[in-house]
Amino acid sequence: MTLITGITIFVLAIFIGFEIITKVPPTLHTPLMSGSNAISGITLVGAVLAAGHPGWQSQVLGFLAVVFATINAVGGFMVTHRMLSMFKRK
Amino acid sequence: MLKYLYILLPLVLFAQSPAFGEDSAQPSPAPTTQNADDVVDSDSEHAKALFSDNVINIVYLIAAILFIRGIKGLTHPRTAVRGNLLAATGMLLAVVFTLGAGGLSYGVIFAGLIVGGGIGAYKAVKVEMTEMPEMVALFNGFGGVASVFVAGAAMIYETVSVSGSIATAASGLIGAVTLTGSLVAYAKLQGLKWVPDGAIIPAQRFVNVLLVILSVALTWWLVTSAGQGAASPFIAYWLIVIVAGLLGILLTTPIGGADMPVVIALLNSYSGLAACATGFVISNSVLIIAGSLVGASGLILCGIMCKAMNRSLPNVIFGTMGPTADTPDADEVYKTVKSSSPEEVAILFDSAQKAVIVPGYGLAVSQAQHAVRDLSNLLESRGCHVDFAVHPVAGRMPGHMNVLLAEANIDYDRLREMDDINPELEQYDVALVIGANDVVNPVARTDPNSPIAGMPIIDVDKCRTVVVVKRSLSPGFAGIPNPLFAADNTLMMFGDGKKAILELISAIKEG
Repeated sequence: MTLITGITIFVLAIFIGFEIITKVPPTLHTPLMSGSNAISGITLVGAVLAAGHPGWQSQVLGFLAVVFATINAVGGFMVTHRMLSMFKRK
Repeated sequence: MLKYLYILLPLVLFAQSPAFGEDSAQPSPAPTTQNADDVVDSDSEHAKALFSDNVINIVYLIAAILFIRGIKGLTHPRTAVRGNLLAATGMLLAVVFTLGAGGLSYGVIFAGLIVGGGIGAYKAVKVEMTEMPEMVALFNGFGGVASVFVAGAAMIYETVSVSGSIATAASGLIGAVTLTGSLVAYAKLQGLKWVPDGAIIPAQRFVNVLLVILSVALTWWLVTSAGQGAASPFIAYWLIVIVAGLLGILLTTPIGGADMPVVIALLNSYSGLAACATGFVISNSVLIIAGSLVGASGLILCGIMCKAMNRSLPNVIFGTMGPTADTPDADEVYKTVKSSSPEEVAILFDSAQKAVIVPGYGLAVSQAQHAVRDLSNLLESRGCHVDFAVHPVAGRMPGHMNVLLAEANIDYDRLREMDDINPELEQYDVALVIGANDVVNPVARTDPNSPIAGMPIIDVDKCRTVVVVKRSLSPGFAGIPNPLFAADNTLMMFGDGKKAILELISAIKEG
């Protein structure tokens, strides 16, 4: 992936983000935060590649990264699910 | 959800086929046979590639689509659960297919996944809804530190480019600020006493500027020395992390309690941007897309919070707030305060047709959400219509009150937004304010010199009668007295939120 492709993807994704997130109602702002927090756990992909790479230095850093990113992703999605299940209409 | 897989599955199969690979710059299966001597050695301990790079990249595209659809699901409570599941599915797909990339040894990976998954699941199940701000703050920090480690590891084995080195420095910088900033925010939300409020060292702002200049210089060192086989880029990187860590602490400590919603939203945004920068380091599209979605989300929430306080973002981060010289004396303002009993208030509710409940942070502190639900059900059963008016910055994070009320099983249709309910408040017989202060202070409308002048408030003073449940007449975060408490149509019910509501419930039942 060239730098310019990366920047293109980045800018377009920011625009999509602004378009959809402005439509999220205030009632759901906390789940939005914990859910988007879980999505930022996508660093896990990079962490997995680092932890699986030969060489002890990158494996140590990779292991720590996998632990923290997994806490972020698993914990984030689960707690968001727990919260959203509470929003009911009688 | 299946709909997307139907469309994209053929694409994945096509990408796996050799025809697709011919266009690709790196046809991955081929090298195994070429330099057999080199590869066989490493292949004997590391897994072979299950999927070609093309397949993995298409799966990343699917994951990105699922993230976007997932967030879109959050635009309505009805579709929100499904949206969250879509996003989680996207994450799962991205990780599982990454595991099939080849050349990876799995031991360390799975150890990390099991430890992290266990801790994350445990926290998610155990956390109290009142503690959500703390949890989100902590998790923001974890996202940041993960980016620091990934970029640090990638330095060891990724090929070096100028843009890659800048992205590495950015990952370290943003990630470390996110980590330490979030830890300070977490400690403040937990109410840990040793965390100072206000500046902790002399000339703190000047030091902050110095630290920023220092990290730019270190970035320059990293970029110019990268790829020459020396240790200096690594030293530069970890120095950036340390400097940024200090910066995160110094930036967050002066910010006070009521500004926490803004800080958490900002750190949320940073954790996304850190992931995004890491995406540039390892040339990974899904990290860039997911990271920028989160970055945008945090920034939007930040903007909403700032608007709801009528302050600019720099003012929240660098400014101070407090009583000004011409703030009226509290004793003077509170001369006509009327203290009331649950029995008196119960009589008031007896004749009320429409009531509005305004929750504030005090409701969360005293865990009064279930008592409030019981009160609202009781009033409804006696023919009084009950709505809830929620100020955007009530609580310690955006939407915090809504989650607490939803936890207590209150219908989300009853949770009304400030702008939506304000024009109708004159029609309400009783407003019950629980543990809120600045967000219902009419001074914001009437006194242009007050520190909260122009801040949008919930106009409860326009209701026929106002009942305020509060522990004392102590000022809110703005540090100014609230004339609402002394208004002719206001009754004060002093006491802990939950206890006061329970007393009110029994008084209504007896009355």
